[in-house]
Amino acid sequence: MKIAVKRGDETVTYAVDFEGTLLELLIHIKTHVDPTLTFASGCRSSVCGSCAVRVNGTEALACSYKPSDGDLVEPLRNAEVIRDLVVNMDRPLSFNAGAQAWIDPVSGAIRMGHADEKANELQSDCILCGSCYSACPVYAVKPDFEGPFALTRSWRYVSDARTADVRSKLEAVQQNGIWDCTLCNECVPVCPQGIAPKQDINMLRTKSGMEGFMDPNMMGGFGGLDFGAPSF
Amino acid sequence: MVDVLIVGGGGAGMAAALSAKEAGASVVVLGKSYPTRAQTCMAQGGINAALGHAGDDSVEMHIADTLKSAQGLADETAVATLCTEGIDALRWLDAIGVPFSRTAEAQIAQRRLGGASAARACYAQDYSGLKILHTLYDQCNRAGIPFYNERFLLDVVTEEGRACGVKVLNIRSGEVEVYPARAVILATGGYSKLYGRYSTNAAGSSGDGHAAALRAGARLSDMEFVQFHPTGLAGSSILISESARGAGGYLLNSKGERFIDECLPRDRVARAIYDQITAGETVALDIRHLGKAFIDGELPQERKLAQRYEGVDPVFEPIPIKPVAHYTMGGIEVDAESQTAVPGLFAAGECANHRVHGANRLGGNSLLELIVFGRQAGRNAAVAAKNGTAEVPPAAVEAPELEACFNDAPEVDFYTRRDTLATLFYEQVGLVRDADRLRSALDAVKAMQAELPKMGVVDRNRAYNTNRTDFLELVNLLTVAEAVAEGALRREESRGAHYRSDFPEANAALAVHSLSWIKEERLCFDFQ
Ligand SMILES: Cc1cc2nc3c(=O)[nH]c(=O)nc-3n(C[C@H](O)[C@H](O)[C@H](O)COP(=O)(O)OP(=O)(O)OC[C@H]3O[C@@H](n4cnc5c(N)ncnc54)[C@H](O)[C@@H]3O)c2cc1C
Ligand code: SF4
Ligand code: SF4
Ligand code: FES
Repeated sequence: MKIAVKRGDETVTYAVDFEGTLLELLIHIKTHVDPTLTFASGCRSSVCGSCAVRVNGTEALACSYKPSDGDLVEPLRNAEVIRDLVVNMDRPLSFNAGAQAWIDPVSGAIRMGHADEKANELQSDCILCGSCYSACPVYAVKPDFEGPFALTRSWRYVSDARTADVRSKLEAVQQNGIWDCTLCNECVPVCPQGIAPKQDINMLRTKSGMEGFMDPNMMGGFGGLDFGAPSF
Repeated sequence: MVDVLIVGGGGAGMAAALSAKEAGASVVVLGKSYPTRAQTCMAQGGINAALGHAGDDSVEMHIADTLKSAQGLADETAVATLCTEGIDALRWLDAIGVPFSRTAEAQIAQRRLGGASAARACYAQDYSGLKILHTLYDQCNRAGIPFYNERFLLDVVTEEGRACGVKVLNIRSGEVEVYPARAVILATGGYSKLYGRYSTNAAGSSGDGHAAALRAGARLSDMEFVQFHPTGLAGSSILISESARGAGGYLLNSKGERFIDECLPRDRVARAIYDQITAGETVALDIRHLGKAFIDGELPQERKLAQRYEGVDPVFEPIPIKPVAHYTMGGIEVDAESQTAVPGLFAAGECANHRVHGANRLGGNSLLELIVFGRQAGRNAAVAAKNGTAEVPPAAVEAPELEACFNDAPEVDFYTRRDTLATLFYEQVGLVRDADRLRSALDAVKAMQAELPKMGVVDRNRAYNTNRTDFLELVNLLTVAEAVAEGALRREESRGAHYRSDFPEANAALAVHSLSWIKEERLCFDFQ
């Protein structure tokens, strides 16, 4: 099998006889063929989010992808490439704090049932692999955009029955947040956990509307405050 | 300069960070990866606490089960702390937003794991570790705790016998960095990667913290106790959670026969499987009778893992399994305050030995330990920081060993040696041990240590050189390997996870802890 790996400005092709996941293949190359090949890994079981790369232009976890002859493996987009397939995730991760994705610890008794559990079961499956940032065309051109996983995480807490102050959570995703997303859907098919950040962003928009927040783009550009007449 | 510096942002490290911060200390968490990539994310089964949400349970029953599984080697006071404070630990996790599975009565759901007399493990579907870890991370963001990612711990820096910071390799830049701190907490996880591909663990569980603690003057304890999990996938050693057996899964041999009570403690089940396999059988875990709805509802990750990594769908087929190294009971010796023998140096989580697991850990008690003792270590380190000075001696800034490890034409390939070491340990320091095999394993470890100068790092690039960090991990593994093999050889008895076919019974005189430490560059050993 021939497999091409983007390494900086070069693309290096390795010819190896191998059965297994792409991560196992990369490990095989590193330990038997070329010890300089550089990639990240951890759990090898699709749960730590270390090994996301792009294969033939689409994001995938190396540890769950079965490679085939002729594949081209590249690092994620929209993050600084440190070396070969390793990117620096510090900046995308910083948006989790920016979006205030957490709750203030609850002091009283907590009563939550099945429905509460289901409200954000899927969102809390996120492994922070970064695939969605790599796929997001808005983040590509607007590096301040809070981006898909941070907004999914915001919804994970906004929808949590334990969150007391929903308004201040929503406040944190108004600027450079939910209204900048074009709902293009690119982040959805690439998510290895079946999460749909786009949908979570939509939920945040609806909730924001209910709380009296408005799309700032609408307000500014089209004179949205002039309720008397059609604005276009 | 920082009050409390935490090495390793897994569950234990972040629990420690939050409590140190709450106690008023300034805190930094650094790690060789990112916090949400720590092995804690892999835990599936759950976290124990005697909440009694799914039938009768009590703290006393939790203590009794833990002590029984520990086989006389746990500290009763420490176990009482673990189980009693466990209740509060779970309340805290609920209060900070862990999305636990729930019951119809609007409480945290609980299920039964092996060796437990009640349904005691709180879980979040089978993503328990992932969801706890990420919630802790979110809380660290809330508390504004900085993470210095991709820093590899080289050494704990000491001044006059007191910890005053750490020396790390910045993996990204390839530079050595020194971080002074008034107190240091090691939370670097276990050493199951000694068993390489015969282990459920993540790539980084290489005992780095253990080796650094030894070099700093701390002691390791009970290193010979390594827990083998009964059900790793036959091909990849990826874990199929105990909750599959807890829920009623069967173990079958090639004849389709059950051969052991699946809910016995891990060591007994694992050995029974190992015996079947050495007798030429293959063994599989059968959960078909639980039904698709149950499997998809309660064990979705198990189904996905079996399909993806073993190519079988457990709804329709039994899952081929083998027992593999999973959890290391041994660790850095700490006192009742989580402090090591080095003042100002604390340890928590799997890398520490709080003497709560003894000879065999109960499923669900490890996640609990991360929270209970992680928080304790954080509080105590915050106090210790008040006495710390953090004057880092200038010599600490150099790391000559990092330059010396480059070797353009190594005589010996260290990756090959790493594999040899793994197979050696699985076969000779594994589920069934005896003096001959242990002696030859120990000799082999010493031979590999002597060979290290002939190995070395081919890749000379400074930036993100994983060839070099792989090598540094192997050096640490070889230090830990000696302590494990030495302890297993000296412990002439069988107890919990440590089984000697030449001494198949427990020896009451050996209900003591083993200790190892470094003196004049040699590993010393004793029981205490
Ligand atoms: C597959 C699996 C399933 C499990 N299921 C359960 C379960 O259901 N219930 C239960 O109670 N327990 C379970 N366990 C055990 C439990 O998950 C672990 O014991 C626990 O997560 C260890 O946590 P920790 O915080 O001590 O270390 P880890 O989570 O391993 O974190 C260690 C951290 O230290 C960092 N580090 C390591 N070395 C260095 C270095 N040299 N320099 C800098 N940083 C370093 C790592 O990057 C990492 O961030 C399971 C374990 C596995 C492998
Ligand atoms: S939302 Fe999905 S793609 Fe994005 S980081 Fe989380 S798991 Fe990865
Ligand atoms: S839907 Fe929104 S967040 Fe997702 S990729 Fe498109 S712009 Fe980005
Ligand atoms: S190695 Fe953990 S997700 Fe691939």
